[in-house]
Amino acid sequence: MIINHPHLGPRDAQEFVYLGDASLMDRPDWQDENAADNFHDYLYLRDNPDGEHRELWYHEQGDRSWLVVTRNTLTHEITRVELARDVAIAMRRRK
Amino acid sequence: MGYSGWKVIWQGLTGNTGWKPAWREPDPKPSYDVIIVGAGGHGLAAAYYLAKEFGITNVAVIEKGWLGSGNIGRNTTIIRSNYLLPGNEPFYEFSMKLWEGLEQDFNYNAMVSQRGILNLCHSDPQRDAFNRRGNSMRLAGADAVLLDADGVREMCPFLDFDNARFPIKGGILQPRGGTVRHDAVAWGYARGADSQGVDIIQNCEVTGFVMESGVCMGVETNRGTIRAKKVGVAVAGSSGRVMAKAGMRLPIESHVLQAFVTEGLKPVLPGVITFGAGHFYVSQSDKGGLVFGGDIDGYNTYAQRGNLPVVEDVCEGGMAIMPMIGRTRLLRSWGGIMDMSMDGSPFIDKTHIDGLYFNGGWCYGGFKATPASGFCFAHLLAKDEPHPTATKYRLDRFRRGAMIDEKGVGAQPNLH
Ligand SMILES: Cc1cc2nc3c(=O)[nH]c(=O)nc-3n(C[C@H](O)[C@H](O)[C@H](O)COP(=O)(O)OP(=O)(O)OC[C@H]3O[C@@H](n4cnc5c(N)ncnc54)[C@H](O)[C@@H]3O)c2cc1C
Repeated sequence: MIINHPHLGPRDAQEFVYLGDASLMDRPDWQDENAADNFHDYLYLRDNPDGEHRELWYHEQGDRSWLVVTRNTLTHEITRVELARDVAIAMRRRK
Repeated sequence: MGYSGWKVIWQGLTGNTGWKPAWREPDPKPSYDVIIVGAGGHGLAAAYYLAKEFGITNVAVIEKGWLGSGNIGRNTTIIRSNYLLPGNEPFYEFSMKLWEGLEQDFNYNAMVSQRGILNLCHSDPQRDAFNRRGNSMRLAGADAVLLDADGVREMCPFLDFDNARFPIKGGILQPRGGTVRHDAVAWGYARGADSQGVDIIQNCEVTGFVMESGVCMGVETNRGTIRAKKVGVAVAGSSGRVMAKAGMRLPIESHVLQAFVTEGLKPVLPGVITFGAGHFYVSQSDKGGLVFGGDIDGYNTYAQRGNLPVVEDVCEGGMAIMPMIGRTRLLRSWGGIMDMSMDGSPFIDKTHIDGLYFNGGWCYGGFKATPASGFCFAHLLAKDEPHPTATKYRLDRFRRGAMIDEKGVGAQPNLH
């Protein structure tokens, strides 16, 4: 698989470390009433969809950036690559 | 029709014209007592034991492709019961005992071959850990032998003992471990279940569940609605997307695992050998090919094929302990989708939805579990309580802090 890095261009997926579903960026609030339940779901449960999946990749053998990659889990086709930083900032703005 | 050596000889002399299909191809009935989704090893075994041990024969096994098209026909066929934790080891030892009597039990040659499994160790702490694991195995009635480097050398003189990075310091041997012909396991269970009246319905994909006032009353399929008092799902790598149809999120990610086979060689490997510093396991098939594998590719996928970096990584692991394999040519490689659970251990449990039962999370070690998984799932479906060896395989164990973490590394979906 080739990941089209926003700064570095096309890079082999082998240079990256995979973390999982991009929803992991959205940590639950520890002060919430249901924090224990929310953290259980956050830590252990996954949507695990077939088809489009937004996921976190870390460019360990490169510029050490975290990326949010949109990839199809049935075909391995990558349709979108964003810097996780940008996604996180946009997420915070929306909150 | 029973199989026997005489029958093979007789049929051989009479032109092999007297064999009948090993199972029927029935159309689905409108309703059953129990529906099992997924005709892999676990689903077929569950149906077999439901009929044989628990007297429930009004059962259908529903399979989207052909029976045995999933991981049961894709794995590297290793069986063992060399686990550490009390939640696991009695279950896997139960499975080993079932393997030992399986062929007589279901009258089918599954080529159960207890040629031994040897896990190599490469450091003193690793030997201590193996020592502990061996003791835990023996407490559960399994067999384990701790070998020093000379003991390993006697068995496998061809290993790279003095490797600069990972010298071989010894190993733990389970003589009763080994390999089983994986397709034959599916076929044997299918034939055994079918002959007791179980309907195996192939080319029938489950597309949803029939829910009535919060109770699961059957399944929707591309061949219509089929009703049942109880539905048991055993779809391995597809667990996530199938249970999503019941609105459930699971502690599971789907990943691809690849396997490899070389050209046929004369007998070189005495049994199964695993590398203790990287991830590589190898055995030799009866046809002579070296069958081996390593790590999962490591990203979510439902595509039954992997990528090249893992091919390289697995072969490097092989070269590190067994440089002689560098001379053989790889014939084939393939992939299967694994239901990787968050602690590397499986689930055999009722769900929070009445009538809906789940069996999954087998990661890439579910083949060895096939007989016990089928037996325990049948027990749960028949009696609504877990089999004594499978009481810890609960879906809510993470919430309770009761995970079964063999590797001791916390929650991550890439464990064995
Ligand atoms: C490459 C590889 C190597 C492995 N090596 C080993 C090993 O050496 N030792 C070991 O113990 N384990 C090993 N495993 C793991 C083992 O094969 C699996 O854990 C085990 O086979 C899973 O259970 P199963 O046989 O029931 O799965 P499967 O055979 O995958 O059965 C699941 C079935 O469900 C069907 N299904 C899916 N969705 C639907 C639907 N919607 N409707 C109807 N049917 C559906 C599928 O078509 C499939 O036939 C390996 C796996 C792989 C891929």
